[in-house]
Amino acid sequence: MLDDKDRIFRNLYGLDDWGLKGARRRGQWEGTKAIIDKGRDWIISEMKASGLRGRGGAGFPTGLKWSFMPKDNADGRPSYLVVNADESEPGTCKDREIMRHDPHTLVEGCLIAGCAMGAHVGYIYVRGEFIREREHLQAAIDEAYEAKLIGKDNVHGWPFDLYVAHGAGAYICGEETALLESLEGKKGQPRLKPPFPANVGLYGCPTTVNNVESIAVAPDILRRGASWFAGIGRPNNVGTKLYGISGHVNTPCVVEEAMSIPFRELIEKHGGGIRGGWDNLLAIIPGGASCPLIPAADCQDLIMDFDGTRAVKSSFGTAGVIVMDKSTDVVAAIARISYFFKHESCGQCTPCREGTGWMWRVLDRMVHGRAHKREIDMLLEVTKQVEGHTICALGDAAAWPIQGLIRAFRPEIERRIDDFSRKATLDDQGVLDPAHMVAAE
Amino acid sequence: MSVRRLAPKELQPESFAFTEENLAWAKREITKYPPGRQFSAVIAIMWRAQEQCGGWLPEAAIRAISDMLEMPHIRALEVATFYTMFQLNPVGKKAHVQVCGTTPCRLRGAGELIEVCKSRIHHDPFHLSADGDFSWEEVECAGACVNAPMVQIWKDTYEDLTPESLNKVLDGFAAGNPPKPGPQNGRQYAAPSTGPTTLKHGGINVATDTHDGPALTDQEPKKATEAANVQERPAPKAPAADASEKNPPS
Repeated sequence: MLDDKDRIFRNLYGLDDWGLKGARRRGQWEGTKAIIDKGRDWIISEMKASGLRGRGGAGFPTGLKWSFMPKDNADGRPSYLVVNADESEPGTCKDREIMRHDPHTLVEGCLIAGCAMGAHVGYIYVRGEFIREREHLQAAIDEAYEAKLIGKDNVHGWPFDLYVAHGAGAYICGEETALLESLEGKKGQPRLKPPFPANVGLYGCPTTVNNVESIAVAPDILRRGASWFAGIGRPNNVGTKLYGISGHVNTPCVVEEAMSIPFRELIEKHGGGIRGGWDNLLAIIPGGASCPLIPAADCQDLIMDFDGTRAVKSSFGTAGVIVMDKSTDVVAAIARISYFFKHESCGQCTPCREGTGWMWRVLDRMVHGRAHKREIDMLLEVTKQVEGHTICALGDAAAWPIQGLIRAFRPEIERRIDDFSRKATLDDQGVLDPAHMVAAE
Repeated sequence: MSVRRLAPKELQPESFAFTEENLAWAKREITKYPPGRQFSAVIAIMWRAQEQCGGWLPEAAIRAISDMLEMPHIRALEVATFYTMFQLNPVGKKAHVQVCGTTPCRLRGAGELIEVCKSRIHHDPFHLSADGDFSWEEVECAGACVNAPMVQIWKDTYEDLTPESLNKVLDGFAAGNPPKPGPQNGRQYAAPSTGPTTLKHGGINVATDTHDGPALTDQEPKKATEAANVQERPAPKAPAADASEKNPPS
């Protein structure tokens, strides 16, 4: 288990003061000037050496991402830092704890990241639902301004303005270009890439969008040294990570643990074990709703990191683990996720706008077994047609959970179809009975 | 996508004007963004208008805001209809209950909470209760999955609910005396309900026995601890080679 000394978020549970005084006591804003004085090249090379991979889901190396920003703004366009605090994926609730209980880690991280990418202005885009979290964050920023830790003439010698912006309930705004659109005051519909935000981002200027956790861990990595961070976990999957454990465990919680912790250890130590014992486990969704589920058989030796989850054909995502025990109606659980993506599709590209609704309607019939077995293959084929054919990754995200369900639980779906057929009465018109069809919205 | 329409004409107020305080606030909000980029403030200002209007956003407010920001009306209408937290129809005066109904909450009993709302407020979401004090809707993930099931009412979340405790929360709102937000089962925020398994010393255990004073300075890169050593130890290498993901993600 990760030692308490090695934790970056030392006030995760709000047991201590979240304000500046408490933050200083916990070691934040300590030696920040020395870090800034070493310059952007040093910061970026340290971040690269630390092996930190983005904590927002896709795991792109953070140091490398920062290095994409232009070195000189010769054409007069300013650079922007944008922090993605639009945490909306079901199962993921880690950034919330950072913003409400340790906001200064994020504020300090913004200053350092701003320096590393040559940005003098930063925006933190918080999802609309996080109202109290936004207030805490704003209060922390106000404190930092007052103490001259950030601002135009701060003590660190890197002029930096930081603002909090917010959304109003759109999951898609967690996609970086949709976030930028929303920040510009438009509908959050993703942009085509290229051009990438590092060239043409917010207001057409070079922009880097990072997850809250990626930014908030940066100051401690630079203070303690890249080798400290790289020494936790296994190669390619290093550092500490906030895990969220939700669903059918005895004590759901958010906890900071080492990367590459065995799944079973994570659940037994922090989640209080699976409800009804380990053998009662049915499946897990390892990193937020868009990750394909992992059946219990693969959970026994599962290593919780990017490579470990990929080895069982899923993905690490944001490490928000949703645990399902044997009482779960797994088809209904995935159908609900499918409805989520249908609801959150921005409507810009056809495969996603039409596909997410279609997939949900078919899956919703399958919950009751009101389907043909050949429709399982048809559904699988449609997910393949949506995946990779949309502007942003929401199409993929909608397709993966269904693919995971069919891969692991096809016999269960077939059983329901058989059951339904067996019980059908003569009056029942079967699959296409309009009385039972789900109304298309 | 969800289809969202403005409230019918008979419910729409004639006009809208910000209070003086809110107007000053809106002007400050605009200054967060570079000159000429005042559109950026539209979501925040609409939010403030919704608060002023009792929890929903009338058409007059949308038009007033677009005039204020010098943006075409259609752009502001697009924003108001796209973002689902803008309520386009009147909501309950005392509480608009947003029940999270996504899978992690469902697994822990959000269905029962929805039944409470159905029986207590109205059978259908977005409808006012008989006295006009309450309304409810099922929302997509409100971001408190480890504290599931939960509801959000106005600015606060009420977490770790059971049908009984939700009834208590609603009783509180009905009586004008809302309970303390957060977990309703006495739990410390997102810590395990049986007590934290980590950070047991209040979170400031970093500068205690093993360190003298501020231990974490950049002059002294911290050595990996024992806990790190028991894990497989990587050879430090540049992560660039591992950039196997397709695009720089958000």
